[in-house]
Parts: sequence; C-alpha cells; structure tokens
Amino acid sequence: MRISSGYGPRPSGGGFETFSWYFFRVSGVALIFLALIHVFLNHVSTDVSCTSYQLVALRYTNPFWRLYDWLLLTLALLHGMNGLRIVIDDYVRSRGWRLALQSVAGLVTLAYFMLGTITLITFQAAGALGPNCIH
Amino acid sequence: MYKGQSGMWSWLLHRITGLGVLLFLLIHVVDIGLLNFGPKVYNEGIALFGTAIVRVLSMALIGGLLYHSFNGVRIILIDFWPKGARYQGVMFAIVMVLTIVCFLPMAYFIMGPVFGWPTGNMPAGM
Repeated sequence: MRISSGYGPRPSGGGFETFSWYFFRVSGVALIFLALIHVFLNHVSTDVSCTSYQLVALRYTNPFWRLYDWLLLTLALLHGMNGLRIVIDDYVRSRGWRLALQSVAGLVTLAYFMLGTITLITFQAAGALGPNCIH
Repeated sequence: MYKGQSGMWSWLLHRITGLGVLLFLLIHVVDIGLLNFGPKVYNEGIALFGTAIVRVLSMALIGGLLYHSFNGVRIILIDFWPKGARYQGVMFAIVMVLTIVCFLPMAYFIMGPVFGWPTGNMPAGM
C-alpha cells in the first residue's frame, strides 16, 4: 500500500501539493477552534434538541454568526474534501476511476459550498418561529 | 516503516475519524439547508438529532472530532518542532488521554436528556 500524504514530509516543489500540505495545517488549526466551539454551543451549553428554528433565527440576527458558520463550512469542506482526494489517490489504482472519482468529489465540493453559502446568506426568519426546544 | 506501531495506528485513526467527520458534514449542510423550508420542516430534522440513536452517533462523531483535533496538533508538532519526531509516541499517548478526558464530560451532556441526568442546558416553557 502506498502511504502518501497529508501526513509525512512536506512535499517540495512549491506546486499544488505543497499548498495542500500547508492548507491542511493552517485550516486545521483554525478548525480546532471553530469546530470545537461550535460543538460546545450546540451540544453542551445548549442541548441539540433546543437548537431549533427559533434559536437559529435569533442567532442569525447577528451577522457574526453567519460569518462564523460560513468560515466553518468553507474550511471544513475544503479540509475534508482535500482529505478525501488524498484517500482516493491512495486506494484507487486505476487512472480512469481515479479521474472519475476526483471529478465527482470536485463537483460535490462545489455543490455543497453553494448550498451552504446560499442557506447562510438567504436565511430570513419566518413570521412564526416555532417552539424553543423540540421534544 | 512503522507498521504495527503507534505511528500506524495514529495514522489510521486520523484517516478514519477524518472520513467520519466529513460524512457528518455532508449530512449537516443538508439539514441546515432545511432552514429555508420554514420552522416546521427544520424542526423535524432537529427532532431527529434529539433521539437516543442519533445521540449515540453524535457521541461517536464528537469522540472522532476530538481525536482528529488533538492528533492534528501532534502532526503539526512532528512537522515543525525539531524534537517532535522523537516524542511522537509520547505525544500519541497524550492525544489519547486528552481525547478521553474531553470526551467523557461531553458524552454526559449529550446522553443526559435520554437518562434524565441534570444538564441545565434546556430552557423550558418558552
């Protein structure tokens, strides 16, 4: 089995793989804070059953939380899908299949980035906000 | 080179937890997308996250996320700290301890509502 990267010595040459190596580390450090605070807010300080429409509507009156969530979405998606790219490179030996799967992964990244971004930008609270907690 | 040693297991766990968190992210972006279908539809999705089964899955997710975070710091230290490679085994032990120590209180909060444990994080009657 080829044990290639994301992990291991920094690829030299200054091309995309070098950028990818740095991106994993820089986005990773940011994601530790972004993701763990996100988990704390939605599973510890507030139970997940209370992360209702009402709570989101309240939170998103402040653009800070839209920006926070958009940053989390973007970095997590790129970090994760770049990881998937490396996993595909590691295990898919056939050139054709590798190209096909990488293309699908690329399209999925784009589609999810668009879906997430559109949701965060266009969300506007409806008249009736529903209950505080869902039981 | 490091087959069967801590380096292999940390690498394998990093990969598996990474793929697990990515799978959740792909679900999570869709359930957040339900926001624009109004409170009724969105809250039905949230109700699912409150069930016992999905809470158990959430625990696994958070355990994986904690491991991936701490081991990520270990990888960066191996890369940039001159003594990182020498202490990688010790750092792996620290990663496992930190993961478990942080996981336990979070597991309490996540499973609390199922067993009626006090968590103080569910404002009532609004």
